[in-house]
Amino acid sequence: MLLKNTSLKWIGIIIAVLVMLLLMCASVIFGYTDTSWRTAIDAFTHYNGSNEHIIIQTVRLPRALIASAVGASLAIAGVLMQTLTKNPLASPGIFGINAGAGFAVVTAVTLFSVNNLQAFNGLAFLGAAVAAVSVYGIGSFGREGLTPMKLTLAGAAIGAMFSSFTQGLLVVDEAALEQVLFWLAGSVQGRKLETLVSVLPFIGLGWIGAVLIAGKMNILSMGEDVAKGLGLNTGLVKIAIGIIVILLAGGSVAVAGPIGFVGIVVPHITRSIIGIDHRWVIPLSGVLGAILLLAADIAARYILMPSEVPVGVMTAIIGTPFFIYIARRGFNGR
Amino acid sequence: MSKYKNFRLFKGKLSFLIDRKAAFIFTILLLVTFMVFVLSTGIGDMKINPLTVVKVLFGGGPEMEKLIITSFRLPRIIVALMVGMSLAVAGGILQGMIRNPLASPDVLGITGGASVAVVGFLAFFSDSNNALTVSIAWLPLAAFLGAGIVAFLVYFLAWKNGVSPIRLVLIGIGISTLMQALTTLMMIMGPIYQASQANIWITGTVYGSNWKNVATLVPWTVIFLIIAIVAARTINIQELGDEVATGLGGKVQKQRFLLLMISTALIGSSVAFAGGIGFVGLMAPHMARRLVGSSFGALLPTSALLGGILVMVADLIGRTMFSPLEVPAGVFTAGIGAPYFIYLLFKTRNA
Amino acid sequence: MMNAIETKNLSLSYGETLIINELDLKIPKGEITVFIGGNGCGKSTLLRSIARLLKPKSGGVLLEGKAISKLSTKEIAKKMAILPQSPTAPEGLTVLQLVKQGRYPHQSWLKQWSEEDEKKVNDALKATRLEELKERTVDSLSGGQRQRAWIAMTLAQDTDIILLDEPTTYLDMTHQIEILDLLFELNEKKKRTVVMVLHDLNLACRYAHNLVAIKDKKVFAQGKPEHVINCSLVKNVFGMDCEVTMDPLFGTPLCIPYGRGRCILNQAVAMNG
Repeated sequence: MLLKNTSLKWIGIIIAVLVMLLLMCASVIFGYTDTSWRTAIDAFTHYNGSNEHIIIQTVRLPRALIASAVGASLAIAGVLMQTLTKNPLASPGIFGINAGAGFAVVTAVTLFSVNNLQAFNGLAFLGAAVAAVSVYGIGSFGREGLTPMKLTLAGAAIGAMFSSFTQGLLVVDEAALEQVLFWLAGSVQGRKLETLVSVLPFIGLGWIGAVLIAGKMNILSMGEDVAKGLGLNTGLVKIAIGIIVILLAGGSVAVAGPIGFVGIVVPHITRSIIGIDHRWVIPLSGVLGAILLLAADIAARYILMPSEVPVGVMTAIIGTPFFIYIARRGFNGR
Repeated sequence: MSKYKNFRLFKGKLSFLIDRKAAFIFTILLLVTFMVFVLSTGIGDMKINPLTVVKVLFGGGPEMEKLIITSFRLPRIIVALMVGMSLAVAGGILQGMIRNPLASPDVLGITGGASVAVVGFLAFFSDSNNALTVSIAWLPLAAFLGAGIVAFLVYFLAWKNGVSPIRLVLIGIGISTLMQALTTLMMIMGPIYQASQANIWITGTVYGSNWKNVATLVPWTVIFLIIAIVAARTINIQELGDEVATGLGGKVQKQRFLLLMISTALIGSSVAFAGGIGFVGLMAPHMARRLVGSSFGALLPTSALLGGILVMVADLIGRTMFSPLEVPAGVFTAGIGAPYFIYLLFKTRNA
Repeated sequence: MMNAIETKNLSLSYGETLIINELDLKIPKGEITVFIGGNGCGKSTLLRSIARLLKPKSGGVLLEGKAISKLSTKEIAKKMAILPQSPTAPEGLTVLQLVKQGRYPHQSWLKQWSEEDEKKVNDALKATRLEELKERTVDSLSGGQRQRAWIAMTLAQDTDIILLDEPTTYLDMTHQIEILDLLFELNEKKKRTVVMVLHDLNLACRYAHNLVAIKDKKVFAQGKPEHVINCSLVKNVFGMDCEVTMDPLFGTPLCIPYGRGRCILNQAVAMNG
């Protein structure tokens, strides 16, 4: 733990927020069409219809906002998942959320010929929710209720099943592949601000919920029996966590498609900085998640200039070495 | 021990023990496999009588049917059988090695590595007209290399004074996710035709198998299956835990490496010729376990037959149910596999 | 009497932490030796390194005079069997299948079930009184029966030496005695050398011919329980004040700790006259 006492922690959070704002600005300014700080401000105060202003308003700003919101949500969802499944390598993806969303979108495109991005939004959310609920339900079968192991396995099975069906549908309908391929990769580019706005209430609710449940999560992480002994209604808390994860991860996947690794890696970084108290970890994870995704998105613009690497691929490339490091180190520093 | 029959030959130089019940079940499954093989060959756009199929298999039969069977149906079904057997045995080995009945080949990222290689191959060896500049016969080799390289990579990364099963699985999952991301990246960057081809391959299908494929696949599979079955006794002791296995005189790390190599060889060849058919490696060993118990000498051969049956059936359904559409077999192995997996979870819920 | 096992200058560590420091130990053949010591003193670590499950930082272990680092793991397996703490058997494995695994070091690719294999397995099942249960699955047995099955496996291995790491922890009293009685019988009738780690000092005194107390990364004391166990040793090794009397059934040392608890001595004395 880097920041040991409360004042240091507050300072840490404030610095993180400042870095995030800085990166948001950078995201607005840099890219294929280079603009400047001045131009950016002008785009909002003295809008004059120039190319640069249009880009800033319709492309860059939404993109920066979406990256921040999605990064924050995925990171917080990751914290929740890792505590719920007691698996330090858990992420919203294991809930089958990404696979379910993909399946819903692809089914709609192939079977119902839906083809506007707006609709993808709602469908993805729906698919994510259905997948998560089924995984949750299946993982809760039986005497012990929801255990980390059953949850992980149910998630793997449902995820794999939806993936296979998705692939199968895409084999049969080649045209659909073209439409959804980019969406399936996960990207914050090319999304409209309206998409974010429509999902914002859900994500916002998720953020608030996460912050409120932080204290209870501290108790839950001490073990099922101990938590019950301390008077915690573990069943209810787990359901609440599940709902919050659906809101956060579902909303994110609806806006940006499936993006991985943010939910796995950020909680670890946060914990090594600020300790394991969820009341600190959740807010800081949110900010760091936003920072990560913003940075990844900026990098994604420059690596294959003028092409763009989808940010989902960027996070995978950055995330994997990290993931391997964590796996090698073992869970108890073994 | 009337449950068992022992065989001792050459004055005891050669001896082994056979579990009667397992032998019986194996024989029945052998018959079932043959029946499915024959029926599957007979069903298709042109329905051919099973008896005719058998005649053709033994060299005779009417000309037209002979042509259809030998040119189109046989290669494909043989490949399906080989692939099913390979994946099932590889899955069984991995489950024993990792000591977790829910392990499967997909978990080690090996199929993911093969995907990347395939997509990469399609991307690099295409000219501006989206035609392949080299023969598509090289595709399986690319897939196999991809699988092999990733297997080594995962093993190497999981090595820290030896390889523990948990580390192997976790790193496998991580690499697998990375491979998926890279695959998607390449699919996006290239023309859509390639993406589509790649996608078919990834889903897993035996469509387009030919006799050249069979000639490569059959010897490879048979050799490695035999090696796997002979190695069964090392898996048996590994399942008891590293410490007990060492105590019994097993060279745990060496054996683990060997087993991993055998699995990779089997998975690599399957993936090279049939793409990413999933869930077989998970389901077959499980079903086999319920039929003949946990001893690998009986488990592996039984899994092999069950796997072969599964893939042949999945391919049959994919070929005929949505005619004239060809749905890849991989979709059905998932369609049967996932619910089965869930059923498994349900059944073991009180464990 | 020849030594079954010897350690010379053995140092063991986990990562950077030294657990055992230049320890010299001689374990006699044909006797029951028990390692005792406080939590974390290294007795399990010592046992595991003797079983070559752990590589020494320095020093070595001799098995019947030969360094184990020079022997192949199969050769060692023919002379020494180990039963680790809390072993797990895969689901669905029967007792017979488990015991058969004990023959592994004596088998090869071609010779998988010789007459000797069959005889040894049957003998092992008989010695552990598991013949009736041989087709049951290991996970369906009681704790005591399960432990007997694992011991049967080590018996089938047919080694002179058997090492057991806390074989009775997690078992209730009846089953603890069941297991220790079995090991005692094996030592008496079949002359196996038994080396084990036990937590219960009193049981150790009752069953061990040779007690080894580990403290401060070295052997603190070694010998027959009645020569070795006294209040000062218990205080030194376990940090506990106690009375050492004689077990009324066996005559071996019985250690009774001081501390809190219901003291009804006067009543009891009055009642028993």
